[in-house]
Amino acid sequence: MRLIDKLLLEGISSTYFSGEQRLPVLDNISLHVQAGEFVTVLGPSGSGKSTILKTAAGLLKPDRGRVLIGGHETTGTPQLVGYMPQQDLLFPWKTLKQNAALPLLAAKSGTGEAYARVEEMLPVFGLESFADYYPFQLSGGMRQRAALLRTMLIESNLMLLDEPFASLDALTRENMQDWLLDIWGRFKRSVLFVTHSIDEAIYLSDRIYVISERPGKNALEQDIELPRPRTKSILASRNFATYKQVFINALAS
Amino acid sequence: MKKWASIKSNLPSALLIAGVLLLWELVTGAADLPEFILPAPSTIALSLAANFYLLIGHAGVTLTAVLGGLALAILVAMLLAIAMDRWKPLKQALYPLLVISQAIPIFALAPLMLIWFGVGLLPKVLIVALVCFFPLAVNLIEGFNQVDPEAINLMQTMQADRWMIMRSVQLPSALPYFFSGLKIAATYSVLGAIIGEWLGARAGLGIYMLRAMNSFRTSDVFASIIVVIILSLAFFKLVELSAWLVMPWKRKPKNSTED
Repeated sequence: MRLIDKLLLEGISSTYFSGEQRLPVLDNISLHVQAGEFVTVLGPSGSGKSTILKTAAGLLKPDRGRVLIGGHETTGTPQLVGYMPQQDLLFPWKTLKQNAALPLLAAKSGTGEAYARVEEMLPVFGLESFADYYPFQLSGGMRQRAALLRTMLIESNLMLLDEPFASLDALTRENMQDWLLDIWGRFKRSVLFVTHSIDEAIYLSDRIYVISERPGKNALEQDIELPRPRTKSILASRNFATYKQVFINALAS
Repeated sequence: MKKWASIKSNLPSALLIAGVLLLWELVTGAADLPEFILPAPSTIALSLAANFYLLIGHAGVTLTAVLGGLALAILVAMLLAIAMDRWKPLKQALYPLLVISQAIPIFALAPLMLIWFGVGLLPKVLIVALVCFFPLAVNLIEGFNQVDPEAINLMQTMQADRWMIMRSVQLPSALPYFFSGLKIAATYSVLGAIIGEWLGARAGLGIYMLRAMNSFRTSDVFASIIVVIILSLAFFKLVELSAWLVMPWKRKPKNSTED
């Protein structure tokens, strides 16, 4: 028997309306994330992965199914979760420090206190000398780190990350993956991660759900038993290649 | 360097203006036109200098109406746009009326203002507010419409309250729209005040213009037109400057840092 899941999605079905058209997006999706676990949803573009995250956050109400966080039903009610949408969504009118402090200010911290907390965290995210920069003055990688810092400052043990590295070049992306694993190990959060990159999914996750093309259905649930902490050398290992073949097959069918 | 570039780019139009003025001066001299038909630029300049303090005084009165009206329009437009963003039925009910209200010519409304509120400052303030309100309100409403719903989602997952979402997402993202509305409003505002003064006032550039016209002091009319132009331009620049001050993230050049 396992402990109460941090996050549980049960039989989620969801429809997207665009004008007159009804577009089924999710069909009976179930998944769970246990405390401290790194779980990834892997699927092709347009398989409704973002809809899964938004439903998990309570931002969307599914047609059927329910969402439980820590054993409590939260379906369709926005929850305090570390949700990071696809674009970095740093507000252009706020400096890095002001952006990162938003979750603390929303939680009614004093401004001084919030900024002090952000300043304290900046070095961990490699952003110490950029506190007063506006987003347009930062590189893509720095913006993603700033957005992750903001997500990390949301007082929740559950993080929902929607393709956070999709917009980055390959090299920056690999650095950010290592860096995310490091942060995750340090702060012990439960993560539901979304990506369409097989390598990224295997490298990061404890468990992977493969979602089929629209409407998204559960296609495969696979544990990844690669030792942690992981380094890039495992990318060339046999186990990694075996997993990779499994996912290539699952996505092809 | 940058300053020199901007001087250089403005040089052609400055030369053109100088050329036209020169031609104007020569033609009025050569053709021996009566002054009340077309005064020479030099005569206008002399009128401007002779009546400088008088003009400043009248400009002050007009400026008060303009500032009052603009402030009132900003306040009402802001409150209305926020209310319409919050209660969609209100928006559905009021938006068409807003557009219809623009079809009413201000020349038709201005006399009513005077009948209801007399010849003092108040009717001018109201006329300016009426002219400025529409571009401000429409731009603000559009600005609130354009707010990224993902940004609001994000704030909800932080459990931010509505006031915080308004303050840190909706208002700042509507600011560029607000300022483009304000640019239009600022140029209309001086015009609105002048129209109000034409219909009846004790002081102001409009009434100065009217008096000069009625006594065929055409050079004085031109002088007051110049003051109106300067006033409008100054307002426009002031709006640009405040946009620059209020939105530091819109400032150029964009020097991005690579890692």
